Amino acid sequence: MPKAAVLLINFNATSLIPIIEKKLYQNFNLQMHQFIPNIDLTEIYSEVRDQYYSTKLLEYSLKYYNDYDKILSLTDFDLFVPVLTFVFGEAQLNGKAAVVSAHRLYPEFYGLPQNEELFLSRLIKEINHELGHTYGLRHCQNFECVMHSSSNVDEIDIKSENFCDRCKEKII
Amino acid sequence: MNNSDVKILIVDDEQIVRDSLTHWFEEDGYQVSSAADAFDVLYNLEPGKYDIMLVDIKMPKMSGLELLEKVKEIDPECIVIIITAYASVPSAVQALKNGAFDYVTKPIDPDELSHLIKNAIKQKSLKKENIAMKTSIDEMFSFEGLIGESPEMKKVFELIKIVAPQDTTVMIRGESGTGKELIARAIHMNSPRRYYPIIPVNCGAFTETLLESELFGHEKGAFTGAQYRRKGKIEMANGGTLFLDEVGSVSPKMQVELLRVLETKQFTRVGGNEIVKVDFRLISATNENLEKLVEEGKFREDLYYRLNVFTIYVPPLRERRSDIPILANYFVQKFARQMNKPPLKISDEAMEILLNHHWPGNVRELENAIERAMVVGKPPEIKPSDLPFLIEKNNITISDSLEAVEKNHIQKVLNKYEWNISKAAAALEIDRVTLYNKIKKYGLKKN
Ligand SMILES: [Zn+2]
Ligand SMILES: [Zn+2]
Repeated sequence: MPKAAVLLINFNATSLIPIIEKKLYQNFNLQMHQFIPNIDLTEIYSEVRDQYYSTKLLEYSLKYYNDYDKILSLTDFDLFVPVLTFVFGEAQLNGKAAVVSAHRLYPEFYGLPQNEELFLSRLIKEINHELGHTYGLRHCQNFECVMHSSSNVDEIDIKSENFCDRCKEKII
Repeated sequence: MNNSDVKILIVDDEQIVRDSLTHWFEEDGYQVSSAADAFDVLYNLEPGKYDIMLVDIKMPKMSGLELLEKVKEIDPECIVIIITAYASVPSAVQALKNGAFDYVTKPIDPDELSHLIKNAIKQKSLKKENIAMKTSIDEMFSFEGLIGESPEMKKVFELIKIVAPQDTTVMIRGESGTGKELIARAIHMNSPRRYYPIIPVNCGAFTETLLESELFGHEKGAFTGAQYRRKGKIEMANGGTLFLDEVGSVSPKMQVELLRVLETKQFTRVGGNEIVKVDFRLISATNENLEKLVEEGKFREDLYYRLNVFTIYVPPLRERRSDIPILANYFVQKFARQMNKPPLKISDEAMEILLNHHWPGNVRELENAIERAMVVGKPPEIKPSDLPFLIEKNNITISDSLEAVEKNHIQKVLNKYEWNISKAAAALEIDRVTLYNKIKKYGLKKN
């Protein structure tokens, strides 16, 4: 079975890890190996933006965890790429590494009451989505498919956590 | 226009900007290329080479404004979007005058960029659609997930075809579980608004205050804990379709608010006073008797007439029984794919039961029944005993949940093998530890 390294980088919702493990197995047939890497954040952090540079995070994970078939980094840090104000995550299209930020998935971020169920469903959707890119999937026009692009949290809420049939075929 | 047909060019002297935008657009499936300066672009530009250009306004050799002018001379149809830093907004405004489609400021809000590109493609597509020969009407319509060959459903499809291309407000009536949302989606996907999203809101799922914030959004500081501005569903539906499900459950105060936004096409976010203009198509749905609610004074008559411009009635499943076999087999295939299992055949006896059931929960109930049958059924076929409503009748406790079905099924298998755990586990195709855990979980006992 292919192996996935899951790197927890200042990721606090650790109680959800068993569910993530199950989903990685169900959706991608991946066996999870969990790590809390000792990572030098100065390279990744931008003081001006008070955010973390997601592409650099991907590069870091690829450098140290390259023996794994897939590398998924999870973080509560807010991520950015230089030209955009923020990103929910980033992945190598047709590659190995993906990163998901939980920062903007918490309802509290939007001033709404805590809601673990909603948060979990968003997190699983983003994990499926970014990992989907590593399997070569691009954004899907199907509004319900998890590969539908979402540039705000409501668009994440609109889609389901599942891949449509056409996208699913490409993962297997 | 498919994303893979759209050709985007990024012109920016900063490699990091080119790289991250290229990556971002590639995920959307566009054809993306990039250039580091204007001369590279002009060197071999010809009409139709690119659909959309994103051009940085500040480049060392030739400015974005100059490039814009030259591009427009060679290919007037090419859509140019200017990227600017905050400091150069006045020149961006100049760019608009010179024919730029729009401008964005760096760093770009991904939401804004994605809407901008969708708008640009929409404009391009409309032009192309006018030129392209019209394909036959039937080919143009797609009804994803809407299944049925009965005369009743054919009539529904006809109505969708008639109303979809118009911008009419539509109300969908029908019992719960009949697939009203699928119909709303079919209307949207076959309308000129299909390049924008359809935003569903289940009005019955919110309290009055939450529904207000859900629909209209709120400003930062609108209430305790509102640290950020949040767009409401109405704003998100801009350009597209707003689908209000269970509209009969909207409170009197919210009915007034809704009526206002439908009439003026503008609103303010909760806690704010900026007027937001919106353009959307409204589709609503209800399973309630709205006429009665109007009579009882619980639903505003003026709002009722606003919503009820074009009505589509969706028949309950029991009134179109001839669709049951097609639907049942469609769901078998669907769950077989989802569960990575071979599809089961539906035995004649089981089909007989499906055909005669009353289906108070309509298509959704049928879908759930097939899902359960695909979990408990054994190849090669689904038998009457795999269907949930039969199990219910044989038991004192009536429960619809998957767990209840599992519990029942395990008890049955255990009894069959006289509580020989190894044999029962083998028959259930689970390991013994799992079986022990389930026995403990459900408190099963030898009787
Ligand atoms: Zn994506
Ligand atoms: Zn898809």
